[in-house]
Amino acid sequence: MAVDERFARDFREARGDEPEGTRNEIVTGPVADWATDFSHTEPEWAADPYPIQDDLRQRCPIAHTPRFGGGWLPTRYADVAAIAYDTERFSSRSIIMSNFRPPRDVAPIGGSPPISSDPPFHHDARKLLLPAFTKKAVARQEPATRALCHSLIDAFDGQGVVDAARDYAQHIPMRVIAGMLGFPPADGPQFRQFVENTLEGINLPPDERITRMSALFDYLLAQIHDHIDNPREDLTTFLINAELYGRKLEPSHVAGTMALLLIAGIDTTWSAIGASLWHLARVPADRERLAAEPALLPTALEEFLRAYAPVTMARLVKQDMQWHGADMKADDWILLSFPAANRDPAQFERAAEVVIDRQVNRHAAFGLGIHRCVGSHLARMELRVALDVWLSRIPAFTLADPSMVTWSTGQIRGPRTLPLRLG
Amino acid sequence: MKIQIDSEVCQGHGRCYDLAPSLFGDDDEGYGKVLRAGVVPPGEEQNARLAVANCPERAIELIEET
Ligand code: HEM
Ligand code: SF4
Repeated sequence: MAVDERFARDFREARGDEPEGTRNEIVTGPVADWATDFSHTEPEWAADPYPIQDDLRQRCPIAHTPRFGGGWLPTRYADVAAIAYDTERFSSRSIIMSNFRPPRDVAPIGGSPPISSDPPFHHDARKLLLPAFTKKAVARQEPATRALCHSLIDAFDGQGVVDAARDYAQHIPMRVIAGMLGFPPADGPQFRQFVENTLEGINLPPDERITRMSALFDYLLAQIHDHIDNPREDLTTFLINAELYGRKLEPSHVAGTMALLLIAGIDTTWSAIGASLWHLARVPADRERLAAEPALLPTALEEFLRAYAPVTMARLVKQDMQWHGADMKADDWILLSFPAANRDPAQFERAAEVVIDRQVNRHAAFGLGIHRCVGSHLARMELRVALDVWLSRIPAFTLADPSMVTWSTGQIRGPRTLPLRLG
Repeated sequence: MKIQIDSEVCQGHGRCYDLAPSLFGDDDEGYGKVLRAGVVPPGEEQNARLAVANCPERAIELIEET
């Protein structure tokens, strides 16, 4: 078999890394006014962002911050939707609001296609992935996912209190995506580290962040080499062989998309499962009803996704402009809060309440427009199976100690410590 | 009653084929498509309306025949 020259050298050397781009001064510390100085990395936001967002929606629906080199936070559904649809004026060149902006010439591809891509490239990079993530395709993962959920609960082994975030929710997406990419299941704990480095620690010095990212790409490169030597039926081999415009993908595209699938698949779904269990532990009426009426689960699950939407994205403003009254400058960030959009009373009746039999639920937890989450069918399957198995095995549970619950910081929000008392 | 999906607007969220599998299906890339040329059989009107009301992209149009 021919050697794949693309991966013979580290593609980062070929690209002449040490990425250029702009760095800004890192500002941390308590926020006095969220309308003029917001920060999604402060503990107050991590603990409970909804009162902050609800307040901003009323008094300053497009908030501003000088932190992160400047950015905006729209909290109305209509504004979030308009920005998600407007790929002419808002770029996905970076979708994590941090203290580093990648150089403009990374557009329209970006570091992790298709999430970092703009039209027209975005469409083609996305199209490659769609067939593997249809509802029918992901249904093939369901039996193994169900078996995994049962084995995780078996391992609780009669303990009275378990950490449902660490010992249950976390493992489900990790194992599913590792299986789809063809990575060893035992590598799970390493993925945890990669995810944390990418999505949390936003305010670490940029050089530190780059060093940590390198560990992820070293891992991916090792996997790519292993798959070149031993091709198999999985997404890694698929990406190595995939073609665009009559040519194999750039090595950085292969690795960037692998990184995206690994990162985007884990924290997000882990958060959704954890937040749903957290809600059910606190609201006995909903828990009892759902345990008694499993047919309600698909509807309830959409409501958990609306009310506790785990994913916030970012955009970069392309050019100076006035936008809905805001004086936006080129390269200002937009913190694109799908969670805030999902709680806008102008869009949802009883927006602040969790209504597990809500019939009309046009929520935006998986985004809107061309970047609609490629993994949404997979995530819904995992969430449904995780809750179904849990409720059938453990119909009664409560928060062991509300003060022990911790939430992740940054753009993906979900419980990271969730001690539940069983029975 | 008939239903129609604007394929320029549909992004493949799949709410329609989740909620009303007798009226909607998906293609190889997960985009929605109407079954039976979009004709809604008697008794299925409510499901059609539910799908319309839940499509995040507002891609489904309902055509009430007179
Ligand atoms: C509950 C779990 C999840 C939530 C809430 C979620 C949310 C989102 C959101 C809001 C976007 C839009 C990004 C944007 O507008 O910039 C997105 C994109 C994406 N997600 Fe998910 N996600 C979840 C799970 C997953 C899973 C399991 C995978 C696959 C392994 C995945 C893969 C992707 C990919 C590849 C994109 C990029 C799509 C594109 O740019 O065209 N996600 N996700
Ligand atoms: S719900 Fe709307 S966006 Fe989703 S597949 Fe159906 S028509 Fe398309």
